[in-house]
Amino acid sequence: MATVHSDQRSATAALAEAPVLAPGHSYGSITDKISSIVLTKGTSRGWLFGLAISFMLVQVFLVSVVYLIARGVGIWGINVPVGWGFAIVIFVWWVGIGHAGTLISAVLLLLNQSWRTSINRFAEAMTLFAVVCAGMYPLLHLGRIWLFYWLMPIPNTMGIWPQFRSPLLWDVFAVSTYMTVSFLFWYTGLIPDLATLRDRAQNRFGKVTYGILSFGWRGSARHWRRFDAAYLLLAGIATPLVVSVHTVVGFDFAMSIIPGWHNTLFPPYFVAGAIYSGFAMVLTLAIPLRAAYGLQDFITDRHLENMAKVMLATSLMVSYGYVMEVFFGFYSANTYEEYLTRNRMVGPYAPAFWSLILCNVLTPQLLWFRAIRLSPVLLWCIAIVANIGMWLERFVIVITSLHRDFLPSSWGMFYPTFWDWSTYIGTIGVFFFLLFLFIRFLPVISIFEMRELLHKSEEEHHHD
Amino acid sequence: MPTFWRSFEELAGDPAFEERLVREFPRLASVWEQSPTDRRRFLQLMAASVALAGAQGCSKAPSEKIMPYVRQPERITPGLPNYFATAMPASDGALGLVATSNMGRPTKLEGNKLHSASLGATDAFAQASILTMYDPDRSQTVKHIGIIGTWSEFVDGVRGALPVGGDGAGLRILSPPVTSPTLARQREALLAALPQARWHQYEPVSRDNARQGALLAFGADLSPIYDFTNADVVVACDADFLSRGGASVRYSHDFMSRRGVESETAYPGIETNRLYAFESTYTPTGGAADHRLPLTPSQSEQFLRALARQLEVAGAPPADLPSGVDPKWLTAVADDLQSKRGRSLIVVGDHLPAPAHALAHAINAELGNVGPTVKFIEPIAAGAEDSAASIRELTDALNAGQVQLLVILEGNPVYDAPADLNFAQAIRKTKLAVHLSLYDDETSELCHWHIPAAHYLEAWSDVRGYDGTASIVQPLIAPLYAGRTAHEVISALVDPTIQTSYDIVRATWQAQLGGGFDRGWHQALADGVIADTAFAPQTPAIQADAVANLPEVAGAQGDLTFELVLLPDPTIGDGRYANNGWLQEAPKPLTKLTWDNAVLIGPADAKELALETGDVVTIKSGGQEVNGPICVLPGHAPGSITCHFGYGRQRAGNTGSKIGFNAYKFRTTHGGHVARDAKLEKTGQKMALARTQTHHDIDGRNIVHASTVAQFKADPKSILSDAVRGPFESLLPMWENYDEQAFAWGMAIDLNKCSGCNSCVMACQAENNVPIVGKEQVLNYREMAWIRIDTYYSGDPENPESIHQPMLCQHCEKAPCEVVCPVAATTHSDEGLNEMTYNRCVGTRYCSNNCPYKVRRFNFFQYQDTETPVLQLMRNPDVTVRNRGVMEKCTYCVQRINHARIDAKKDGVAGGVEPSIVDGTLQTACQQACPSEAIVFGNINDKESRVAKLKADARNYGALSELGVRPRTTYLVRLRNPNPALA
Repeated sequence: MATVHSDQRSATAALAEAPVLAPGHSYGSITDKISSIVLTKGTSRGWLFGLAISFMLVQVFLVSVVYLIARGVGIWGINVPVGWGFAIVIFVWWVGIGHAGTLISAVLLLLNQSWRTSINRFAEAMTLFAVVCAGMYPLLHLGRIWLFYWLMPIPNTMGIWPQFRSPLLWDVFAVSTYMTVSFLFWYTGLIPDLATLRDRAQNRFGKVTYGILSFGWRGSARHWRRFDAAYLLLAGIATPLVVSVHTVVGFDFAMSIIPGWHNTLFPPYFVAGAIYSGFAMVLTLAIPLRAAYGLQDFITDRHLENMAKVMLATSLMVSYGYVMEVFFGFYSANTYEEYLTRNRMVGPYAPAFWSLILCNVLTPQLLWFRAIRLSPVLLWCIAIVANIGMWLERFVIVITSLHRDFLPSSWGMFYPTFWDWSTYIGTIGVFFFLLFLFIRFLPVISIFEMRELLHKSEEEHHHD
Repeated sequence: MPTFWRSFEELAGDPAFEERLVREFPRLASVWEQSPTDRRRFLQLMAASVALAGAQGCSKAPSEKIMPYVRQPERITPGLPNYFATAMPASDGALGLVATSNMGRPTKLEGNKLHSASLGATDAFAQASILTMYDPDRSQTVKHIGIIGTWSEFVDGVRGALPVGGDGAGLRILSPPVTSPTLARQREALLAALPQARWHQYEPVSRDNARQGALLAFGADLSPIYDFTNADVVVACDADFLSRGGASVRYSHDFMSRRGVESETAYPGIETNRLYAFESTYTPTGGAADHRLPLTPSQSEQFLRALARQLEVAGAPPADLPSGVDPKWLTAVADDLQSKRGRSLIVVGDHLPAPAHALAHAINAELGNVGPTVKFIEPIAAGAEDSAASIRELTDALNAGQVQLLVILEGNPVYDAPADLNFAQAIRKTKLAVHLSLYDDETSELCHWHIPAAHYLEAWSDVRGYDGTASIVQPLIAPLYAGRTAHEVISALVDPTIQTSYDIVRATWQAQLGGGFDRGWHQALADGVIADTAFAPQTPAIQADAVANLPEVAGAQGDLTFELVLLPDPTIGDGRYANNGWLQEAPKPLTKLTWDNAVLIGPADAKELALETGDVVTIKSGGQEVNGPICVLPGHAPGSITCHFGYGRQRAGNTGSKIGFNAYKFRTTHGGHVARDAKLEKTGQKMALARTQTHHDIDGRNIVHASTVAQFKADPKSILSDAVRGPFESLLPMWENYDEQAFAWGMAIDLNKCSGCNSCVMACQAENNVPIVGKEQVLNYREMAWIRIDTYYSGDPENPESIHQPMLCQHCEKAPCEVVCPVAATTHSDEGLNEMTYNRCVGTRYCSNNCPYKVRRFNFFQYQDTETPVLQLMRNPDVTVRNRGVMEKCTYCVQRINHARIDAKKDGVAGGVEPSIVDGTLQTACQQACPSEAIVFGNINDKESRVAKLKADARNYGALSELGVRPRTTYLVRLRNPNPALA
């Protein structure tokens, strides 16, 4: 890894105008600072409060799911024509959020963007938890959830395979692969840090637990060599997945014949949107996190600014997608496409459409200003707006396309029910519950990579 | 008639036995109270009653569940249905039916081809009546002042109460018009034996006006019956002959047989008729019309007067056209009628006042139509009388305390008697009131005795069709709830020993069929009609001054005062079907409203009053007030509003009680079915109306197409653009070469012939075990109907044209639903059926999303009632009952295809020929029920088949076919036949 980096030294130097690691840190101080959250600082009141809130929301989720399984998906607002409602909207939303982690970790690793180092760990964790939340929805939205395994190609006594032409089946493969690889990547990266925690743990329980989890890591040169190879390989495997998952999710819509879904633009447009929402979510989490745990030295304004730039770039891509959708709607000279486009703009769900334009097209334009990019508060607000905007985007795509399709006779409306909302809020609870546990029990910033970063910047300093 | 199921009935019918059954619990209770220590006795009784309860179960459930046959009954092959002819009684004419019986359970009703009112088709009511028979809310026991009683107690009680003196004074019987020859015979016998007794006939939606009109015109009470096959020009004045009345099925068939358009392939040799409709409410008949003019009832009558004058009907005084009607309407209609003398027809709705009927008779006579297109017969009810006058007389007698014993045979006068009579108060003044009824309803509550009535599928009777044709009502099952017939109740009143309905009915026909009775009887049962019983047409002469001195036309008086048209509900009728969930959930034609009635009003009037659909208004008329929701109906005549009867029931059952508002409050003995003083007041409240379709504009889409007969004849190709005709490219792959298959199933639906009557919808519901979901679920767009009638409007909202399009699974050859299912639950058969494998479905609903026709239905909840035992008996055993979480949709009645295939194979093997399903022997349920033969199904690879010929017609197109999905269901362009003079 070091060799790869040394070839790119000048690029790193160029980026190093603003520090990605505040000056004055040593290997020891980095390790102390990061591991102290887990080992020495103890349980803070704020963390307990957050965990309690999210735990309550987990209960909301469980109640919703139990009621769902007991009564049926009719407890939601879905109907015919709107066969997919919140479940799919929120599934796509969570999957989108789950894109940042792998992108930051794998793609930026391969592209040698060293600024990624301090944010990759919890971005990966966020990815994992977002995919956990996302992955539950395709199961929950089944009419007969107990038969979910029929979606998997398991040899069975029924003598029948799944139907391989269905994008939903591709989804099963894409999401489960993504989840597996994301987990492996995240866990592999954790191993050296788990060993650090094992070595520094104050009590026997910590030593044993982290010891088991670190798989006997000793930090030998041979370990590092294999680790580097494995990590790089996993990054290589994960990279195409970043594109493939949301491409396949885009196929769920693009492969259908419904106006508003049947659109060749969807795969790249979905990927751009996913990165946009993923970075927005990382910012949403990183800004309070670094404030709460005093991590400004590691997650510097440079990080925030870079992420803001990625958001701006992807927002422009997404905006291009919106413009093209509208353009094709009218240029197609197709009655149904035209109507759909008009219906989105002036139909009953027009407020959702215009809010989405406000959130995803207009608001991110503020990021052209450096002052705003460097203001954590404003950035956080914009990130929240982006999260809402991407949720609205999925809502508009799923609901407005379905509610008025070909035959006016079957046009309808979708109104979310209490259970739609409770399931959604419940998964937010699940997400934060896992995140709070992660913050408390695992290093939120990669210790070894920060040390490596320190090493590199010192090396550069010498060269200068 | 095999008697296999009767053995238990005979056992269960033993009075002593039955008494023990019904009394089991009270008696146990009394034993327990009297001798609480006698445990041994209690247990003995307990054991006995449990055993008896088991025996009672035998008469309810099919006997094969309980024990094997000791002797195998003839003609029963387990798994194969039997078919029995019967008839559905109605006071305006019975409908002949053939009932399908599966192991002794009637499961489906079809029309009887031999019956003049049916010709093999049915209406929605007949299809849904099977549910009424199994309805668990039906009254299940005799009640005396609310307490469970027995039939023999009732017999003792009512005989004891028979007025002393023996001349019957103080005895009143109230029944619907007596259209049963047997009940007519009993009536005569009763009135002969008890000359002071009085038998009233009352029907809430009666033919009183038509009767009075005939009296005006001919001086005699005669019923017109129409022959639409001979009519080239038809004028309907507020007459919904296609969907209302005992002959609507026959009239639909005859009228629509002339709606084909001459072409080589589809309908060779057909000359298209022309229909003018003048009507207040938009009805299916108005939708089928070539020219429709919205007129209030008084305007319709006024128009008829002007028409009579224009046609120079003898004695017709000068009359103005109603204000706002273009005079060219009058000349165009009159000229058209003149040019088709003897081949035209004026039809008047029963709710129009008597003068309108007299005018129609006079015009028909003037045009020489009496004979070719309209015939007159005696009323089919014995001793026909004026309903309103009859019930007024009864009420007066009740109020005067002259009634000692009132026997109400079916009907529900407490609910549906004219509001000004206050029948509910009057009935309390009789010494003893008896009510025979299917339900323990509003009238039962106020009667001393309630006797559960047997459904027509449970008991013997006979009945006349609209033309007088008599049919034996043959039961299909022993009464599920110990019901009794009117025949038995009358027998209990007058006969020393009570006879069974079977004996009473046989006795009637014994006399009439004469020698060789058994042979004639069996023939009558097998055919479902009794030969040569149709009434002979009369040739009445129009009275000289019939139309000379008619009273002034009475319209609504005052600003924003409406003519309130009161009509039976299009789906639940006069209220008798209120507890029938299928009919409640059947979308009413044009409004597409379910589970409610509403105040129908035209768009202009609604705008003037600032009302929109869902606004709750107070309707004020005749000193009565009722709150009801507004439903704006395009094409409703300005100046009039329409309310439907049948709602606002208090004791209809769990399904039909306390929904909607009671429009009977506005119906009086003097005002009839049109009140002229209705006002609307906005309450400010809103109410959600469960409508299955709320968008009616096709917006240039390739869904329905309309053109004219003239254009079609000039250039058949010109009625459809190439953009609609195809051929179309498709990105979807072709999986199968269907041309090489022996069978390729397809359907063609002629939009010209569909009136939107709902027969097909109800037939599908019955055939395919389709569940209902209730108002809340319909509001959330979750109705389950596999076939629905889509209605599209075009033109001026004040008088739009409408097209009805039956929409069902199109069985696309390149079905978009199939490729997206992740578990292969929906797949294609090699004969071109898009098949659903329910067991395989996990419920992703992706198929429904990707279906451009949105014909797939999802079980969001456990909609199917699998708990109620009696409903399990009702289901078609050949169709899977779907549970929660799976998708379902039209199968083209695959179970019928397979039956036909098996039969063809057997016949082929027997005959030594290649097995083949002969075209026409296989019908889908919707096709079979359709009165107008709009739906044709068959093998499109057989180029000689009916469906292949229709598909070869220039009118044939596929809805949304530009999507490249290649639908197997196609439609024939709607062609109107407008009068060039009105262009």
